[in-house]
Amino acid sequence: MRVIDVQAPGLLTTIQDLGREGFGPLGVSPSGAADAISLRLGNRLVGNAEGAAGLEMTLLGGTFGFPEGAGLALSGSDFGATLDGKPVELWTAFEAKPGQVLRMGPTRSGARCYLCVRGGIEVKAFLGSTSTHILSGLGGHEGRALKKGDVLTIGPASMDGQKRTGRNACSTGGAGMVGRRRLAAQVLEKVKIRKVLRVTSGPQSDWFPESAQKIFYESTYRVAEESNRMGIRLQGVAIPTASSGEMISEGVALGAIQVPEGGLPIILFVEQQTTGGYPKIANVISADFHSLGQLRPRDEIRFERVDWETARALFVEQEKLLASEELFLE
Amino acid sequence: MGVGYTFASMVRAAGGGERFQYASDQSLLVYFDTPKSESRAQARPLQSRITLQANEKVRRLLRLLELEPAAGVRNLHPAYCSLLIKFDPLRMEHDKLEAILRGYLERLDEANLPEPQHVEIPVCYGGEFGPDLAEVCAMRGITEAQAIELHASVEYLVYFLGFVPGFAYLGELSKELVTPRLTAPRKRVPAGSVGIAGNQTGVYPFATPGGWRLLGRTPVKMFRAESDGLSLLSIGDRVRFAPISAERFVELERACA
Repeated sequence: MRVIDVQAPGLLTTIQDLGREGFGPLGVSPSGAADAISLRLGNRLVGNAEGAAGLEMTLLGGTFGFPEGAGLALSGSDFGATLDGKPVELWTAFEAKPGQVLRMGPTRSGARCYLCVRGGIEVKAFLGSTSTHILSGLGGHEGRALKKGDVLTIGPASMDGQKRTGRNACSTGGAGMVGRRRLAAQVLEKVKIRKVLRVTSGPQSDWFPESAQKIFYESTYRVAEESNRMGIRLQGVAIPTASSGEMISEGVALGAIQVPEGGLPIILFVEQQTTGGYPKIANVISADFHSLGQLRPRDEIRFERVDWETARALFVEQEKLLASEELFLE
Repeated sequence: MGVGYTFASMVRAAGGGERFQYASDQSLLVYFDTPKSESRAQARPLQSRITLQANEKVRRLLRLLELEPAAGVRNLHPAYCSLLIKFDPLRMEHDKLEAILRGYLERLDEANLPEPQHVEIPVCYGGEFGPDLAEVCAMRGITEAQAIELHASVEYLVYFLGFVPGFAYLGELSKELVTPRLTAPRKRVPAGSVGIAGNQTGVYPFATPGGWRLLGRTPVKMFRAESDGLSLLSIGDRVRFAPISAERFVELERACA
């Protein structure tokens, strides 16, 4: 059995996959990787199915030992990773030999870095997903962020993964060698992180007078320190809301931008509440969700409105890119 | 106070008082019995707008969609008088989903709602478990005994589960207990806390931030990841609260652990 020794957990490191959809009637939000594109690509770099369980690190990475070795890839933001002291490239598969230690530091770019391991991380699924839901303590490794001393089990490499890599993992070494597969540079350009987030109208857009909409679309907002996987809180110019009346709580979509009393918007994120009672002025488009996952406290962002057809076309185009076979160089 | 349409705000009325609203590029809201014109200033008080009939329609549509899932639909978020339907944008579009939903809406009467469970939840009221009980009593001019009696004498309907896993929105609270939520929400409400807000009541399944006024606490676990049922309560269930002593709370807490 191959394992990962957690020698230092980092600031907030959790097991994530692509989340659990379908449990809204129980009040359970999907959770899952905050930057799903990075997790998907990282998994494919090591020959996994794209939804395999990986580690999501936040702002400050951890230190991990691989007593029996492992096939690895790092994706997302640059946390200055080294393997036994030697720098490791992002978006490129590499092999940790038995006993080697992977060490990460503070971020040099966005909020999250993903560590994907060939075979995935083996952990009991909750409602069909291994994703950690931190607030409710469900899923992942004991429902919580990793701690020093945790030992994670690496799963067996899947047949599907072997097919995807186009080579037989067994013949290249049992520890899961995956060659030097790396992501083509032009792919990163196409899914690069945006600070101007594209949005569609929210279900209560017309509760906000023109003057309020103008503020929302023309202001620069700053990501607040207290942002987390539930919601990204923004600081900046308050958006005036109508003085009276209260909304009836309703289901809220991922990326919904709600404006509570006080007028500072909150973007509901992967561990979101499933229902809410604040009016929503806009909703981040699906093609920009991964950018939300890379926002750091104090980052400055703006919003740009697009119509429904554009939002859909951008998402379809992005998924087409991610499904293409020409993402990687072997 | 213009209700004026904003750019690309997509709203369409359906046949039977239902209304469709695009919520995001991968979700659609269906509202029941809430005319579009009734926004903000001209709105009636919140309580009178949440009707049992509208909520029953929500539960019926949810039931139909659970029994006969529509291809491309990924998640359902029921609420008081609306249902948010999340879909896979690669397989489904708003217009197509609307057309499919109209078919379901025509058959709402056929939906057999599951027989509701009748659940009794023991609550130790007041003291450290119910830090807002005294203030609620002062605001409403009633005694603590009266407040407990008012809270525990009503059979509540589970309108829906939302917010966090297993949080049941229960109504309707006795008029004598109706109070607004706290102006400054607590950063951490202990798991099992029983709170009220407006004409609603509910139990916090996990330690979370929260703005409801806390009357007491239950030792019962509302959401158990390890059990098949997961959530103690389901949408449409009926709930009563039973006052218990601090001693009984400790006994039950041990039994539930």
